[in-house]
Amino acid sequence: MDTIYIIITGSLVAISCGLLGCYLILRKMAMVGDAISHAVLPGIVIAFLLSGSRDSAFMLLGAGILGIFTTFLIEFFHTKGNLQTDASIGVTFTWLFALGVILISVFAGEVDLDQDCVLYGEIAYVPIDLWILDDGTIMGPRVLYIMGVVFCVILAFIMLAYKELYITTFDPSFAVAMGVSTTLWHYMLMGAVSLTTVASFESVGAILVVAFLIAPPATAYLLTEDFKKMLWITAFIGVLTAIGGYYLAVWLDGSIAGAMSVVAGLLFALAFLFSPQDGIITKKFKQMKPPVLETDQSIAEMIS
Amino acid sequence: MDNFVTFFSFQDPNIRYVVFGSVLLASSAAIVGTFIFLKKKALVGDAVAHSVLPGICVAFLIAETKNPFILVLGAFVSGWISLVLLDYIVAKSKIKEDTAIGLILSVFFGLGILMLTIIQHSGMAGQSGLDSFLFGKAAALVGNDLVVFSSISILIMAVVFILFKELRLIAFDTNFAVAIGFPVRSIELVLTTLTVLAVVVGIQAVGVVLMAAMLITPAAAARFWTDKLPVMLLLAAIFGAISGVFGAYISYVAPAMPTGPWIVMVISFIAISSFFFAPTKGIVIKSLLQRRFRMKILEENILKIFFRIGEENKDFKKHIQAKELQKYKHFSEGDLKRGLRRLRRQGFIEKTGSLYQQTIAGNNKGKRVVKLHRLWEVYLMQYLRIAPDHVHEDAESIEHIITPEIEKELEEKLNFPQHDPHQSQIPYQ
Repeated sequence: MDTIYIIITGSLVAISCGLLGCYLILRKMAMVGDAISHAVLPGIVIAFLLSGSRDSAFMLLGAGILGIFTTFLIEFFHTKGNLQTDASIGVTFTWLFALGVILISVFAGEVDLDQDCVLYGEIAYVPIDLWILDDGTIMGPRVLYIMGVVFCVILAFIMLAYKELYITTFDPSFAVAMGVSTTLWHYMLMGAVSLTTVASFESVGAILVVAFLIAPPATAYLLTEDFKKMLWITAFIGVLTAIGGYYLAVWLDGSIAGAMSVVAGLLFALAFLFSPQDGIITKKFKQMKPPVLETDQSIAEMIS
Repeated sequence: MDNFVTFFSFQDPNIRYVVFGSVLLASSAAIVGTFIFLKKKALVGDAVAHSVLPGICVAFLIAETKNPFILVLGAFVSGWISLVLLDYIVAKSKIKEDTAIGLILSVFFGLGILMLTIIQHSGMAGQSGLDSFLFGKAAALVGNDLVVFSSISILIMAVVFILFKELRLIAFDTNFAVAIGFPVRSIELVLTTLTVLAVVVGIQAVGVVLMAAMLITPAAAARFWTDKLPVMLLLAAIFGAISGVFGAYISYVAPAMPTGPWIVMVISFIAISSFFFAPTKGIVIKSLLQRRFRMKILEENILKIFFRIGEENKDFKKHIQAKELQKYKHFSEGDLKRGLRRLRRQGFIEKTGSLYQQTIAGNNKGKRVVKLHRLWEVYLMQYLRIAPDHVHEDAESIEHIITPEIEKELEEKLNFPQHDPHQSQIPYQ
């Protein structure tokens, strides 16, 4: 049963992150996702200190605010300070992440988080951390419920706002002409990324959220050119990653989140080498075969 | 406070060593980082920093000691592999650079974490403290480690010093370097190697997670103070050094604290203060200047309209309602109020009841702006052959910028024309 809980939680994290990641990598904002996943840390710690518990809306709110704040700060330094984007991202998130780690060290006694958890989460503890009602009924792992809710929110967000997200991603100037605000959807997406990051944080940790945000979408991107298919493939790869990662970690007796990102990397490597259209080896193979020229055939048809 | 005095008197040779080491590490990272920053590859530094972790773990697994030579070698190799893979993925597939960076960073780091936890769970002897590579520990810089890492730092600085001209060229204009037959590939290889080396030594102080800040942040801060590369390098090194000393201090007074985040906080504080308050490039001074310029434009526009109303009525002493100004050019309510108030304070207009009247000084100033506007229209028509109905917009913005020298040149070049293309008289003094 524990195995199933862990795998389901992992899959929910992987799908939620992966779906949003599809938009991030197509908008060339992969590193903004990386930045947000680091920068929400102080928000989490502060919310924790104020509310004194882990499972509060407070925490989501704190981190959500920090996520939006990070996006804003990156833009601000870039446009007002004329700082190049990559440096603006780098400076902003390292600073906020450092602040978060310091807060954790300073309030070590009061905050039930430690530095290791920040980096690679505690997905192994998911089955232990149960949600128990006042009358003593055991409802199952608490994190599973949180991830379930977040998963539904993300899914609803993408389904309801599919059209808006789609055109602001692929053709921002057309979107503006149609009266769809690119800024609004930019911040909505960033808000969704922050929310997912925070919720995934306990299970996979700050930095490994990035693996789930980027690796499955990048793999799917190599396998298809159709955006809807890309979303489906991402979700499928996410689940595969969660299952594979869990068993790899059990086999090697190591961090589950670490193992999951290794599996995500391996799947990417496979797609990179063997993808039907873009794989390195597939392309080599195609070059070796004598080329079947369509023009030849059509000429042959014309003659006959 | 005692701690503070003991630390900064540098009596204890141990403290001297740690401070010396931290300063070297931080400055060498900052110097290499400056070139990465200028090549707009700041986040590549982040990827390398995360990617050295598996190398460190493998080196430890093979050698079963924490010998700094071997760990550095392992880190160096995996940092290098990550960069090669990064370039390969970007070159050979449709994956964009930022996605590739994030991918390499997270997968290598995940691999590192996996290995680290395997090592921890296996209970190998001497593994404790390996996780200080995550967030750094400046105080651990003693004995053998200090010698190794300081030598590498000095080597980095020496290479940058020797290859300064070459590095400068590829940082600013790679195409030009290629065109004049420079061995660009090899120099980029040197820079890559330097980056990996800087990361490898820097993680001693700040750890892999925050290493990117040691590369980028000092350079970003220095960029706001200067346009000269040598000065920028020096400033970045100094900013790095300050944070290094502070990191050593924190390590000394609070051994339980992770050093890296504190160092990053100090350097970020320097950087963010620079973003806001640096002279000429800071956000504060720039927005002040912008505001002043906007106000100047607003004032000149209002005075110009006073002049035109006077011109039309052949009476420059005419009393005017604020509303009348709106007929000539649109101002927002707030702008109009603010502009009129400022002009009154400077003595360019006077107010009686709700009516405004321009003073002689105001009339002169308005007259000059109108003159510049019309002169420019003539210039555009005569020299650039622009149709008379297209010249107004351009003149509307240039009139606020023309200096007395250009004004004189315009007058002479156009030989003091009497009328503008719309047959309005050009008012000379």
